[in-house]
Amino acid sequence: MALRAAGAGLRVWRAALGSGGSLLPSLRGFTAQAEPVEEEVIEKKGIQLRGAPMYLDMQATTPLDPRVIDAMLPFMTEQYGNPHSRTHLYGWEAEEAVEVARGQVAGVIGADAKEIIFTSGATESNNLAIKGVAGFFRDKKKHLITTQTDHKCVLDSCRYLQQRGFDVTYLPVQKNGLVDLGQLADAIRPDTSLVSVMAVNNEIGVVQPLADIGKLCREKKVFFHTDAAQAVGKIPIDVNAMNIDLLSISGHKLYGPKGIGAIYIRRRPRVRLEAQMSGGGQERGLRSGTVPHFLAVGLGAACDIAAQEMQRDQAHIKRLSERLYKGITSQLQGVVLNGDPEARYWGNINLSFAYVEGESLLMGLKDVAVSSGSACTSASLEPSYVLRALGVEEDMAHTSIRFGIGRFTTEAEVDRAVELTVQHVNKLREMSPLWEMVQEGIDLSKIEWAQH
Amino acid sequence: MLARAASSLLAQASTSAPLAQDFARAATGVLLRGYHKNVVDHYEKPRNVGSFDKNDPTVGTGLVGAPACGDVMKLQIKVDEDGNIVDSCFKTFGCGSAIASSSVATEWVKGKAVDEVLTIKNSDIAKHLSLPPVKLHCSMLAEDAIKAAVKDWREKKAKNGGQQQQQQASAASA
Repeated sequence: MALRAAGAGLRVWRAALGSGGSLLPSLRGFTAQAEPVEEEVIEKKGIQLRGAPMYLDMQATTPLDPRVIDAMLPFMTEQYGNPHSRTHLYGWEAEEAVEVARGQVAGVIGADAKEIIFTSGATESNNLAIKGVAGFFRDKKKHLITTQTDHKCVLDSCRYLQQRGFDVTYLPVQKNGLVDLGQLADAIRPDTSLVSVMAVNNEIGVVQPLADIGKLCREKKVFFHTDAAQAVGKIPIDVNAMNIDLLSISGHKLYGPKGIGAIYIRRRPRVRLEAQMSGGGQERGLRSGTVPHFLAVGLGAACDIAAQEMQRDQAHIKRLSERLYKGITSQLQGVVLNGDPEARYWGNINLSFAYVEGESLLMGLKDVAVSSGSACTSASLEPSYVLRALGVEEDMAHTSIRFGIGRFTTEAEVDRAVELTVQHVNKLREMSPLWEMVQEGIDLSKIEWAQH
Repeated sequence: MLARAASSLLAQASTSAPLAQDFARAATGVLLRGYHKNVVDHYEKPRNVGSFDKNDPTVGTGLVGAPACGDVMKLQIKVDEDGNIVDSCFKTFGCGSAIASSSVATEWVKGKAVDEVLTIKNSDIAKHLSLPPVKLHCSMLAEDAIKAAVKDWREKKAKNGGQQQQQQASAASA
């Protein structure tokens, strides 16, 4: 393992150092097409692998774009100053780099640089948005609204507030995973301070009607926050056109580094919120702590690249995900795409395979790095709460696999993933008593199962 | 569901903070991911996958679990005149550990007398496969499947057979 990691590391360095300006063609897919490590068997968690599995879990995290590493490197080695140092060149150049990055982050969502605050990631941004706004308006407004399919960190922040006397509405979603605007309008009360709705769902990839929600919130004079960790740089977002007041960004979901994120906070009309971190008052007093400037530079570069290449990325991802979806559904029956088929980000394909249990399928697909839902909940044996919120039957919710396709995914990987998925689903169905009963014409819903 | 019970037990044991259950899940997740080589072996090369005719009087069928819980196990035994299990097979909808547990169960019951297999304990299966606590319900399901198969065979035998067999059956279950 150590050997393999070292080898991969060297490749990255060679690639990053030995290239000039136009390194895109030569490096396209360098992470996804990791050179096969020959004859070396990796044993991890009791499973033997030959070489690294192909990576189709882009919602969990994405590889760093080599261009992002290029942008970051000088700030780790030569220009390592503290961006808040005011007395010497090191500080000045670091600060300058952070400000350039701030502009790049603002650019991808149509915001002003002054409206961007760097954080450690989308979890922190979500915490700051929800607890910050709720805290600031606690005397007059005691109510918040979110959806049942939002990210754990949003739901958990809301639960935290509930324990401290706030009132939270967890809106149900429709069968296609989208918020019902009528229901949302009905849920807004005079004492509602914030509506928080995720832009692109991390588990099923549906895109919420942000512009409609924003318009509604503006009309009702309620702040609108969106967790856009899975959306920024992938679908067009304009905070002004969509009337978004707060927006959370994550670095590592858009080919940037881990450990950095940002939050957009509208200045006109100004959104007031309570800082959640006490300290030196960095980031306009809203997020104390030294800004990790090389990470901020990485996030800025990642946003810049994503903004420039969004159309190409989208076309590439759509083509591959259609290839994956058609490849699987043309060979297998009983496959259901979870979430709306139209309003979705195509880099996320969440499929339920009837009569096959998800975890056993994942175990079979050891050469494909996919997951059965979000990485945060994959430790639990419960079926995904997102799928449950969609009204997916518990037995079907146990059978889901999420395929995540990204900028560096190749056609060959998709074809291999299709082949392996079909092979293993067929194998497990041969082994499945449910599949057998269905073939015999037995209606499973009529059976009285002994619940364990 | 046993898994739920297990995680809530862990939660109570560790702390009573509101998020304890989540933490407990995260902790058990570490165990969840690692598979013992015996589990992988049985998952990749499951023994005795298949089905017997469930209307055959010499066949006993045990169907346990529920799709909503993520595990359904069907274990069948074929029993000869002397009450010995001559063959066994399974089909399982469930995780790798559930598949491995049922695969092991079919191996262990073959060649044994029906009374003898009732002594197979879930703990033996769990030990053989080094199942982590969150997966213990898989081995329990396998034990239940064996018992259900034997019960089914006995019921059929009682229905079809003469008085003598009935007495044997009731003596055995007593």
